[in-house]
Amino acid sequence: MSATAPLACKPGDYKSQTKPIWCPGCGDYHVLMALTRALAALGLPPEQIAVISGIGCSSRIPAYTNCYGFHGVHGRSLPLAAGLKIVRPDLTVIVASGDGDGYSIGGNHFLHACRRNVDLTYLVMDNHIYGMTKGQPSPTTEPDFDTALTPGGTGVRPFNPLVVALASGANFVARAYAGNPHETANIIVEAVRHPGFSFVEILSPCVTYRPDQRAWKDRVHTAPVEATDDAGRAARRLMTDDGFNLGVLYRGDRHPFRPAVAAACGDRSELEKGFEL
Amino acid sequence: MSDAAVIQAIDSPATLFAVALEIETDAVERYKLLAEQMETHNNPELARIFLDLARAEGLHAEQIRRAAGDLVVEPRRGPIGAWRTESPESADLISAHYLMRPRDALLMALAGEERALAFYSGLAAAGNDALVRKLAADFAEEEREHVELCRRLLLRYLPPAAADADDPDPPLAVD
Repeated sequence: MSATAPLACKPGDYKSQTKPIWCPGCGDYHVLMALTRALAALGLPPEQIAVISGIGCSSRIPAYTNCYGFHGVHGRSLPLAAGLKIVRPDLTVIVASGDGDGYSIGGNHFLHACRRNVDLTYLVMDNHIYGMTKGQPSPTTEPDFDTALTPGGTGVRPFNPLVVALASGANFVARAYAGNPHETANIIVEAVRHPGFSFVEILSPCVTYRPDQRAWKDRVHTAPVEATDDAGRAARRLMTDDGFNLGVLYRGDRHPFRPAVAAACGDRSELEKGFEL
Repeated sequence: MSDAAVIQAIDSPATLFAVALEIETDAVERYKLLAEQMETHNNPELARIFLDLARAEGLHAEQIRRAAGDLVVEPRRGPIGAWRTESPESADLISAHYLMRPRDALLMALAGEERALAFYSGLAAAGNDALVRKLAADFAEEEREHVELCRRLLLRYLPPAAADADDPDPPLAVD
């Protein structure tokens, strides 16, 4: 059984009054549920958390939480979040993205965020499609995705986020399935607690444009092996990954990137005075 | 944990009540969420059905609290549940859809009630403690009534004709 200790905040305390407008059945509802459960489990006050996002269905999530949030520019959530974490290391910074925002428009930032290893938690809600713009193929779309928009399929090899994250230096790599909010919450808790750049790929079905993804619930399965701290071993495991293994793949021990920027910025109180109302 | 693992971990009536409460509160949370989704997407009929389902599960949760008497019972879940995946009665949110109809909602509820029935029946048969087994049998009986209720309600909503279920304006189209 899980922890029974009294909590300062309940999951509902992390939800805002804004009602989500995702499609009925969208996996992102589960991710929101998992995130709020995870934050409650971590016992973090909402004002000590910042949720940063880019553009897309998944990137609406900051508005649905009661934490500080920033709905940023398409694909640029990671540099924004990294900047925030560097100047405000006391905050817990969670970055939300989707497969289009995170792997295509923001693909370059993904590489360098992994490499830089700032202490962030990066949640990518992957539904293998651009849902917000009506169903165009994304970097993770299967090559045989045959629709009116992609006659005969894309024919393009899909992007493999876990391989890229591992190869680029992410310090924590995991995969979750939105349909299991309990398990996803547990993984998010672990990702937030792990120092450095933590990457969690969350398979989050888009039941409107990809109704076939309802079958994911029958395809996902717990990874047959425990997480490793050996990047080489993790890489070998990914060679036989079917894309539906769930759990933590890799826990690294690199020190997070923590430049002494805050000190170089001087006295923050002077800056704060400028924002006084 | 799987259902089987949870069953093995239920070693006292207090634990059983806590788990039962978790099952109900989880169901309430999900039905409310589905009601919100339907309200947002201007489907008031379904929103009302999901709210009714949430209310019914909430009443069941209250019954469990009362049945627990002097035992201090809180959902064991805290932030993250006893189940590694999902608790038995929780609605499968991913089976919701923008074309959903009352019949689909009731089928969703029926599936949850059947899973809860299977869980309590399993506990009644394989629980570690005699009192737990007896209480589980009572809970199973209650869930059986819910299953029957869902089946009766389903008779009001016949399956749509195939053509009726089609979307005349499908989302994936070239404008």
